[in-house]
Amino acid sequence: MMRALKKSLVALALVAGAASAHAAGDGVHIERQTWSFGGFTGQYDRDQLQRGFQIYKDVCSACHGLKRVRFRNLAEPGGPEFPEEGVKTLAHEWPNKIVDGPNDAGQMFEREPKLFDPIQGPFKNEKEARAAQNGALPPDLSLLAKARNVEYTGTWWAHPFSMLRDIATSYQEGGADYIYALLTGYHEAPAGVTVAEGMHYNAVFPGHQIAMSPPIAADNFVKYQGDWGSYDQNARDIAAFLSWSADPTLNRRKITGWLVMLYLLVTTGLLYVGKRRIWPNIPH
Amino acid sequence: MEHNSTYEPKSSFAKWWDDRLPIARLMHGQFVDFPTPRNLNYLWTFGGILTFCLVAQIVTGIVLAMHYQPSAAEAFNSVEAIRRDVNYGWLLRNLHAVGASMFFIAVYIHIFRGLYYGSYKAPREVLWILGVLIFLVMMATAFMGYALPWGQMSFWGVTVITNLFSSLNEIIPGVGTAIVEWLWGGYSVSGTTLNRFFALHYLLPFVLFGIVVLHIWALHVAGQNNPTGLDIKTKSDSVPMFPYAVAKDAVGMFAFLILFAWFVFFLPDYLGHADNYIEANALVTPPHIVPEWYFLPFYAILRAIPSKLGGVIAMFSAIAVLIFVPWLDTSRVRSAKYRPLYKWAFWLLVIASVGLGYLGAKPAEGAYVIWSRIFTVYYFAHFLLVMPILGIIETPTALPKSISASVLPSGSGAPAGATAAPETR
Repeated sequence: MMRALKKSLVALALVAGAASAHAAGDGVHIERQTWSFGGFTGQYDRDQLQRGFQIYKDVCSACHGLKRVRFRNLAEPGGPEFPEEGVKTLAHEWPNKIVDGPNDAGQMFEREPKLFDPIQGPFKNEKEARAAQNGALPPDLSLLAKARNVEYTGTWWAHPFSMLRDIATSYQEGGADYIYALLTGYHEAPAGVTVAEGMHYNAVFPGHQIAMSPPIAADNFVKYQGDWGSYDQNARDIAAFLSWSADPTLNRRKITGWLVMLYLLVTTGLLYVGKRRIWPNIPH
Repeated sequence: MEHNSTYEPKSSFAKWWDDRLPIARLMHGQFVDFPTPRNLNYLWTFGGILTFCLVAQIVTGIVLAMHYQPSAAEAFNSVEAIRRDVNYGWLLRNLHAVGASMFFIAVYIHIFRGLYYGSYKAPREVLWILGVLIFLVMMATAFMGYALPWGQMSFWGVTVITNLFSSLNEIIPGVGTAIVEWLWGGYSVSGTTLNRFFALHYLLPFVLFGIVVLHIWALHVAGQNNPTGLDIKTKSDSVPMFPYAVAKDAVGMFAFLILFAWFVFFLPDYLGHADNYIEANALVTPPHIVPEWYFLPFYAILRAIPSKLGGVIAMFSAIAVLIFVPWLDTSRVRSAKYRPLYKWAFWLLVIASVGLGYLGAKPAEGAYVIWSRIFTVYYFAHFLLVMPILGIIETPTALPKSISASVLPSGSGAPAGATAAPETR
């Protein structure tokens, strides 16, 4: 009986070991970065969002749209908070026009975007985008930071603890971490890996082959006002900007959250004291 | 629970009303001076918490429905518009999406509490079965609700789960396909499917509300179980619901709301899947299709069985078996507190269920499948073998003489101050 029990325990341990080996081999490890908007206290850094928008405008918008963000959002509190006049000019000068109509003659026409219009990418539709991009589709970036996440790559037994830590520290920046890792993940393909024509090696992209060419040459980064910057800083700033575009109410959400938590903690405390006073001398 | 309502109408209008529709008398009798066991612990606050969850889901859901567009073309856009452009839309949407998860956290704690303390045993069988029914309708409602944002996980989740019915083709060829097409309203998951899911997602919560009323009714006929599993025998075994149980329920509910709010404000997307922020696309299948976390144990059972039909049968049986629990448990004693062996079996069931939840999120391959099978076997063995057999062979430890005796210091020698009816204090 004991021997049978021991045998089955050993078998179980072996199976568990196999499971952990499997879990560890899956996915790419992505480093977590420090973000001003991370955790339950974090808020967006306005200057960083402004720099991030500059990157989007100068680099990304050549291929990618940002259709769920409207120009007016760029001037709203909790975002890049550009002055409204500046945003009006920006919309006015935006290269990708809005198709409107039909007009009184029954014709569709193009007009300059206004504050309430979405930030359009260069392509009118998916077909046009694919035709121009060698068959690849540059996704709209509005929700990218929410639509990507970082996979857990540790051992299986540490997973629950990792989850508890993420809950306690309210880690929601997987999308930003992924975008930063992707943009800094362009390398020479390792020996033995052949990259298909028109594709580029990327350390974190699923399958390691991405159609998007490195958006910025490492030595030709976007310079900010005051003549500074770096490729790394560009990558951080666009990741922060895309986090805002995917979650524009984060600042207000967290501030409201602190007030709600304070109210709930105080009320729970008072109710507990009240309960203690109602239940004296009643063993239970 | 038989007792006389102490309601006395205070004004002449109240008296006039009481003679015609004594609803105040009913409420007073059931929710004010209703006798509750004096030894209830905080696990008994989850009934109230769950009622709150249901009402909160209905209220936030109705307001969301005012802004939501149930069409394949606009559903995803309208959810984004709610997040971005509707006043406090981000809050409503987070409350509703997180609220669904909180509802399930609470219901799982509630179910396991019932299993530990034997709350399903006579005379509470109907109460328990109504609870299983609530659980089932809750799952259907949540499943259809998850389809509504019309993201990639919504679309592919619906595709995978509705397709399960096609396994019936193995019994009668053609029947499965017919059922699936009938569910879809076409030959694939489409906007038609979304429309009907929205209609049902709006209907089912009210069905749920009706069953909850019956559940509470059945509870108030049998009275609450309690950690000792003993019945209320004397007046000193119970305290009136108000203010005693109500005060405790309020503490439990607000403590639960702290967790709720933490997720709503600081982790709104933690319990969801990133792929659902990508609009549904019938031409692109996500690499891993996973259901919401609260379905994962059942999803793991589905995939543990090597045959499709077998998996579907096992998955539905995992819920159906709960209906028979009142008769599968042969023990004379209700509470696991006095059942030295069953206690261990209970915690094994908890481990198996949580383990299945973990495995449901993993790809169905290698050791994950082996462990899913081990836990699935225990899950069913717990109900079909352990419960009936342990009840017969186990010797329960000594039960206290009464609820009062279990909580009063030094056994049955009750100090006068403590047994004095608390309501006269």
